[in-house]
Amino acid sequence: MGCERRVVYDFVNVINGEATLNQALIKDKHSDHLYVLAASQTRDKEALTQDGVERVLRELAGMDFEFIVCDSPAGIETGAMMAMHFADEAVVVTNPEVSSVRDSDRILGMLGSKTMRAIQGQEPIKEHLLITRYNPNRVQEGQMLSLEDIQDILRIPLIGVIPESEDVLQASNQGVPAVLLEKSDVAEAYKDVVDRFLGKDIPLRFTEAVKPGLLQRVFGRR
Amino acid sequence: MSLLSFLIGEKKKTASVAKERLQIILAHERSGKSAHQPDYLPDLQRDLIAVLSKYVNINPGDIKVNLERQDNLEVLEVKIELPDAR
Repeated sequence: MGCERRVVYDFVNVINGEATLNQALIKDKHSDHLYVLAASQTRDKEALTQDGVERVLRELAGMDFEFIVCDSPAGIETGAMMAMHFADEAVVVTNPEVSSVRDSDRILGMLGSKTMRAIQGQEPIKEHLLITRYNPNRVQEGQMLSLEDIQDILRIPLIGVIPESEDVLQASNQGVPAVLLEKSDVAEAYKDVVDRFLGKDIPLRFTEAVKPGLLQRVFGRR
Repeated sequence: MSLLSFLIGEKKKTASVAKERLQIILAHERSGKSAHQPDYLPDLQRDLIAVLSKYVNINPGDIKVNLERQDNLEVLEVKIELPDAR
């Protein structure tokens, strides 16, 4: 998110009472209504406690934020469990790769059994599938799992497909959210995801194979 | 296309292999989850045998207790095989 130089206090500081939530919240440079609460980069994720996470989330909810987005660390460990525990909705991000789809399946199992809503027998967490790094040309050539394959296996509603693109690394290198890139398929695809999350019904884009042009063939595909 | 792909060297179609691998892995993992039984099942089985053997001459191996999860529903399955009536 490009705010690394502005982090003074993080999530663990707030949980331990070393800083107030207001001190730790960082206003985003790009978006007026977005605030970032950094996860601790120094202490390991075991420093998070379920009670502490709940307390901070309740305080955030009391501050009239419309959405609280908990970014889960990659992989299946305590950090991910903490991020999902109090969720109302979950966006499960998966790549068209065996290991990624497999982990997503395990996460879905946990969403349905280990989270607060599951334990208290409330209405289950609303699950969305987001497929990233999707390359329709490779899918057409039979070199990549198709979105139908992935949906077939995970069986939750699809909220979007993000095409594989060099733009993502470029954006990440600069600390710019990919959704803010100009003239990028990735940004468009992410905007579609947001619209769908907010309830709009819009068709998928960038999921059909495109034939490479003559020049691209001559000079080799990227 | 075929000549072109021959010249470039066509890559193997691996997506179907990936899907197959996933299905095997997940079938294994998902069944592993349901095999995780609560602790009271062996006790329950022992008690059931004790009660039933008061009335019927029953073999301890003839009672099977199993807990299954179907979506949000848990089904406790108790299977009792009665000995042949002679």
